[in-house]
Amino acid sequence: MTTAALPDFDALAVGDVVAERETHLTRDSLVRYAGASGDFNPIHYRDDVAAAVGLPGVLAHGMLTMGLAVQPVADWAGDPARVVDYQVRFTRPVVVDPESGADVAVTAKVGQLDADARAARIDLTVTFEGATVLGKAQVRVVLA
Amino acid sequence: MNPELQGREFPPTAPYVVGREKVREFARAVFATNPINHDVEAARAAGHADIVAPPTFAVVVQEHTLAQLLAEPDAGIDFSRVVHGDQRFTSSRPIVAGDELTARLTVSSVKTLGAHSMVTAESVITGADGEHVVTAISTLVVRGDD
Repeated sequence: MTTAALPDFDALAVGDVVAERETHLTRDSLVRYAGASGDFNPIHYRDDVAAAVGLPGVLAHGMLTMGLAVQPVADWAGDPARVVDYQVRFTRPVVVDPESGADVAVTAKVGQLDADARAARIDLTVTFEGATVLGKAQVRVVLA
Repeated sequence: MNPELQGREFPPTAPYVVGREKVREFARAVFATNPINHDVEAARAAGHADIVAPPTFAVVVQEHTLAQLLAEPDAGIDFSRVVHGDQRFTSSRPIVAGDELTARLTVSSVKTLGAHSMVTAESVITGADGEHVVTAISTLVVRGDD
């Protein structure tokens, strides 16, 4: 029995923006994600290591960007369990400045509707400094 | 990278018990503020046995299988050259606190594109009852000599 607010599937149309959010990342966010996920690759917290391997700076974990980008959709869907499929391609890194951090913007739009399953494919546009950082970012949400 | 890795199946990982505080910790780390991720009462009111893990939580379990792959003596994968290409999670049901999960890795493809190699690793994650919970698929790009 599900009681969390359910969006009205029949009111959705392809192209509708269902959620928008901007998330501010700091170096603290990266350390927190490293601990929570177990991914301790030092390119996500050490400037010297990032520079030594030729990176423009310390990068957010791709999986952190993927993880935060789906949250506006999970909230819109009312229950994170309604997210049944989620895929992304990592196309550009998010460089997190030690002082000013990084802002990641997410726009979630209806890409396709499956009336039989009452499922929506939500397409995410995820940007940092005006450029897309995730490609083919698609979330399947069952609204039944 | 060794092309013979394609099709290789690995033994199941030791069971991973999903702790309630681990779910909350992971949820905070990915900016998940939904009460169903944090509050047992809210999760139960929504029909779940316990708090629900965020959609990408399976990566914590998948990580154990990728460690198996990188440790494979004949794999020839230099970890310092690995870049994450794609990621996908396909779920049969959400992960909830209290789950005991086992992951089984198969290398579904190995491709070479110029100096780079691409390996697609598929981790099938099942519950204590043996039923499918989620499949995590990663494509890793191993950069060749620049």
